[in-house]
Amino acid sequence: MLRIATIFPELLGTYGDGGNGLVLLERAKKRGLDVSLHSVGIGEALIEADLYLLGGGEDGPQQQATEALRRDGSLAKRLDDGAHIFAVCAGLQILGTSFAVHGGNSARGLEIVDANTVRSEKRSVGDLLVEVDDHDLVGFENHGGQTHLGPDVKALGSVRRGFGNDGRVDGFRTTGVTATYSHGPVLALNPWLADELLAASLRIELEPLASVADDLYEQRRRVLRA
Amino acid sequence: MESCCKIQGLTAYWFQSDIRIPLRKSQALFCKGTNRPPWLVPLPFSGLVSVKAMGAHVRKLGIRAVFAVRVVRAVNSLSRLLGRGEGTVIGGRVGLAIDSQLLRKLAQGRQIVLVSGTNGKTTTTALLREGWGGDVVSNITGANMPAGHVAALVTNSSPRVVLEVDEAWLPSVIRATEPTVVVLLNLSRDQLDRANEVRQVAQRWRDGLSEFFNNSNSGVVVANANDPLVVYAAEVARRVRWCAVKNWWTEDAVSCPVCTQPITHEGTWICSAHGERSEFLSWHCSSCGFSPSATVEAMMSTKAYVGAQSLELDLQIPGSFNESNALLALEALVVMGIDVHESLERMRLLRSVAGRFELRTWQGRTWRLMLAKNPAGFEALFHLVEDSKHDLVIAINANVADGHDPSWLYDAHFERLRGRRVWCSGERRLDLATRLYYANVAFGVSSDQEIAVNLSSSEPIDVIANYTAFASWYERSSPC
Repeated sequence: MLRIATIFPELLGTYGDGGNGLVLLERAKKRGLDVSLHSVGIGEALIEADLYLLGGGEDGPQQQATEALRRDGSLAKRLDDGAHIFAVCAGLQILGTSFAVHGGNSARGLEIVDANTVRSEKRSVGDLLVEVDDHDLVGFENHGGQTHLGPDVKALGSVRRGFGNDGRVDGFRTTGVTATYSHGPVLALNPWLADELLAASLRIELEPLASVADDLYEQRRRVLRA
Repeated sequence: MESCCKIQGLTAYWFQSDIRIPLRKSQALFCKGTNRPPWLVPLPFSGLVSVKAMGAHVRKLGIRAVFAVRVVRAVNSLSRLLGRGEGTVIGGRVGLAIDSQLLRKLAQGRQIVLVSGTNGKTTTTALLREGWGGDVVSNITGANMPAGHVAALVTNSSPRVVLEVDEAWLPSVIRATEPTVVVLLNLSRDQLDRANEVRQVAQRWRDGLSEFFNNSNSGVVVANANDPLVVYAAEVARRVRWCAVKNWWTEDAVSCPVCTQPITHEGTWICSAHGERSEFLSWHCSSCGFSPSATVEAMMSTKAYVGAQSLELDLQIPGSFNESNALLALEALVVMGIDVHESLERMRLLRSVAGRFELRTWQGRTWRLMLAKNPAGFEALFHLVEDSKHDLVIAINANVADGHDPSWLYDAHFERLRGRRVWCSGERRLDLATRLYYANVAFGVSSDQEIAVNLSSSEPIDVIANYTAFASWYERSSPC
């Protein structure tokens, strides 16, 4: 049984981020795999899961989510035990060492990944296209952060359109952790990434699953590459 | 075929032999109902009406503002003459550039009602306009920022004004117009790629209202008590009339606006004049105690309760969300001293608002056009259409006016459409189709032109479209 858990959707779910859990659940179900989707509410202990999802959120909720996860203390431990995390936008920043918050202050992150985020000169709002190995990651970003990765942290890919972490690269990928600035239901736009996450969490190879989502991916790719 | 002028959709055409020539608005007005060809259209410099016609209070504007008013009208007339849209925003912008205080000056001495919120602004504004009766000035084209307000106010000097206001602009429009009533409908996520973070909007409203009531001895807020973000904004106002209405969208209000802990839904509201209890739940924050007023002045429950009256609304525009809009509008008119039965009588005459809910024909079929722009709007319409099992058309674009990012598709519960077929149209139909695929809803993907052939039923078909997609559907169809 694959257990997927969306962490604090009430706090981190600004831009349809709930879509990522739905996409993973449905892509597993449509292949006949045994899967369940859970959500962890504010004030609840982190449940045991194979794949955790972190969404985006505004400054206040982002800080609140970080504090709650720090108090709980089990996310890093679960990662060490082999669980996976997929994070977008504010979720990406939370996993790092520090991030900028309202009023020019800085908040401490969960320090799971060596990445610190400062306030960017201007807000990045628009389409995002990132080259990730043989694929493109297509999406939309809306954030005011600029993220610097530590020397041992590998970015998810190089930015071809948009800003990502710093105008050059986007997100990061470390053992068990995948993160991108492409917010919201990014897995709906990139079925290949959803399948990569499922395959990694299940530790199996997946059968292909053709659907209209592939057409959407190809269309967005064409539009954003133009 | 005889030469004539005909309106099709939003555009007027001149038909001569088998040629169809699209007309500018000024030309259409000139030709309509006559056989005068459009090339005889006189230049509408008569549009540059004398400022005198605007009445006494405008003459007190001062030279700069009088000049600005003339320019607004001239630019708008020119814009209409050139066929560049409705000519409501450009002129207003130029006017504000000449006199930054123009909105304040034009608002002076009038009774102003402002309407703001994420959903229902245009409909509530229309309900207020109808319900008030007589000559009411209003930004009917939906241009809801200060340039649009200026453009509306220069057209007519009537003392009765209803303006719909963009959420982000509300504080500055309150400051400029010193309204008699401010109607606050709801706040939820909408076009987030414009960095419109909904809590920040609530905070700005709160700050704006607090400033207004510190400096003014008049003004009343009519506010939705069932929206925690609205309550957070309006509780600082010195005079508030709370209205309890059912909300279709609560996902932006699940955490407390004060302490961000979860909101608990329990208890009911009590109508102050009747002692009647609401049939839906009230809310409070069990962590910090933030809660709405337990008693309300108006309530939309099994009936509409407004002050001491209990009313059957019987509106022609459909949907319980429109009953909620009407309730707030009725309460606002009560504040203005209008008899509630008379205003309701007039509101009932409203059949559609800017084409919304209108039955239209195209390709030999009848379509009911509906507009939804965000998750809350879709939730409300899902509720309205859920009794039907017929095919449904949903059209999604992602142009500037729609917001470039359709991520919000995953915030609306398309799962509620299971059991019927949805035809996906609009420029972002693949985004919609993918959403429906994951929601396990049967769907077809089709260009607008091919939809009619694909439909299985001959009944009127519901079309739910977002902003620019709605405009395309409206343009291509004609009234029934």
